[in-house]
Amino acid sequence: MTVVSMTVNGKAARADVPDNTLLVEYIREHLRLTGTHVGCDTSQCGACVVHVNGKAVKSCAALAVASEGADVTTIEGLANGEMHPMQTAFKENHGLQCGFCTPGMVMTATDMVARYRESGKTLDEAAIRSELEGNICRCTGYHNIVKAIADGASKMASS
Amino acid sequence: MYETKYHKASSVDEAVSLMGAADDGKLLSGGQTLLPTMKAHLAAPSDLVDVSGIADMNGVGVRGNVISIGAATTHAEVAGNAALQNACAAVTDLAANIGDPAVRHMGTIGGSIANNDPAADYPAALLALGATIKTNARDIAAEDFFVGLFETALEDDEVIVSIGFEAPEKACYAKFPNPASRYAMAGVFVAKTAGGARVAVTGAGDDGVYRQSDMEAALDGNWSAGALTGVSVSADGMLSDMHGDATYRANLVKVMAGRAVAGC
Ligand SMILES: Cc1cc2nc3c(=O)[nH]c(=O)nc-3n(C[C@H](O)[C@H](O)[C@H](O)COP(=O)(O)OP(=O)(O)OC[C@H]3O[C@@H](n4cnc5c(N)ncnc54)[C@H](O)[C@@H]3O)c2cc1C
Ligand code: FES
Ligand code: FES
Repeated sequence: MTVVSMTVNGKAARADVPDNTLLVEYIREHLRLTGTHVGCDTSQCGACVVHVNGKAVKSCAALAVASEGADVTTIEGLANGEMHPMQTAFKENHGLQCGFCTPGMVMTATDMVARYRESGKTLDEAAIRSELEGNICRCTGYHNIVKAIADGASKMASS
Repeated sequence: MYETKYHKASSVDEAVSLMGAADDGKLLSGGQTLLPTMKAHLAAPSDLVDVSGIADMNGVGVRGNVISIGAATTHAEVAGNAALQNACAAVTDLAANIGDPAVRHMGTIGGSIANNDPAADYPAALLALGATIKTNARDIAAEDFFVGLFETALEDDEVIVSIGFEAPEKACYAKFPNPASRYAMAGVFVAKTAGGARVAVTGAGDDGVYRQSDMEAALDGNWSAGALTGVSVSADGMLSDMHGDATYRANLVKVMAGRAVAGC
């Protein structure tokens, strides 16, 4: 067991957890933030993506104890009183059906928009599709997710 | 995942002594291979020694044409390093196409080469560039480092600290990714170095990464994709699995080598 402290969605969180606790288990089972999903055992589906110190990571492939001192944002921390522009874009563009992959898609999307903006690169359709390599959706066929991210990116730029 | 004890090392020496004290310890870097393996119960280390925060093992150094990459440098940091892109864009492009963005934010070059997956990308680059792998104990030439499938020259408890190489005159990497996993079905890294042409192949050989010496000989006198048309690649010694048989892979090696040279 190890005592681990981190900031999750702006709030301090502290707990004594077994060393083999995955970050996603800590988020879902200790903090009860169940918006972050687990869709696979092989680190391939991206349903568990959260931001750790501002970067998208798969919380099923990270240990809670290794995230000591980290600043973590989950899907619950994205909305700030009202929906985040990327969430609005997913809603308006029908970027989801069952919604299981959506938290990971939205966290991946906001990360890619921020990175492309910072590096001055253009986030065109081809770039969005290649950036979605690590996120699997069983329902939508991706087209509306890609549209939602393009729309979300322009909403984020103007918000 | 079985129980384990986590330790965060703050220096290479500390990592070495923590590993020495552990029953059956394993180094943890980005965790993108080790943690999924532990989740699948295919590894059960008593202790994990996290090297990702060790300052001496992080970052990219470019001095003239001498390049050094810390073992705990992530794929995203390598991909985004402007000085390295100027000196050897083949390596930054390779890093930018490993897995997906979240894997690149965590996965590291040291973890990748220590794991020596036969379909991993970095081993081809290091072998073609004639890189040196520096550990806590010694310097190992890439030629001697990659021993076989998931096998390296590393001793138990040996820690890779950094990877060094000289920027080549020209280099390029062409990978045919498996459409599902994005690992290489065949990846060919070609480099025109001071010591001659070097061609290293990953993803295809049944004993892991290797040098395609007949292609090197053909390129030595004539660095062009056309020089490769006369070289035949044998299916002997190629991987054959559900993703593609040996003949298919042999052909891919030739096609990827041509694309790599044309891309330089
Ligand atoms: C979905 C997915 C897709 C991927 N796609 C690709 C791909 O297309 N191409 C590719 O090449 N790779 C791919 N990978 C693998 C990825 O690049 C891993 O990051 C890498 O193989 C391991 O690096 P790591 O830092 O995560 O190492 P870890 O998982 O932390 O460690 C891996 C092994 O290396 C050892 N080790 C770690 N650091 C050191 C060190 N400094 N010295 C000695 N031993 C050490 C560990 O003990 C362990 O045995 C993919 C992984 C995933 C999950
Ligand atoms: S649950 Fe993390 S990648 Fe699938
Ligand atoms: S909306 Fe159902 S998995 Fe993507």
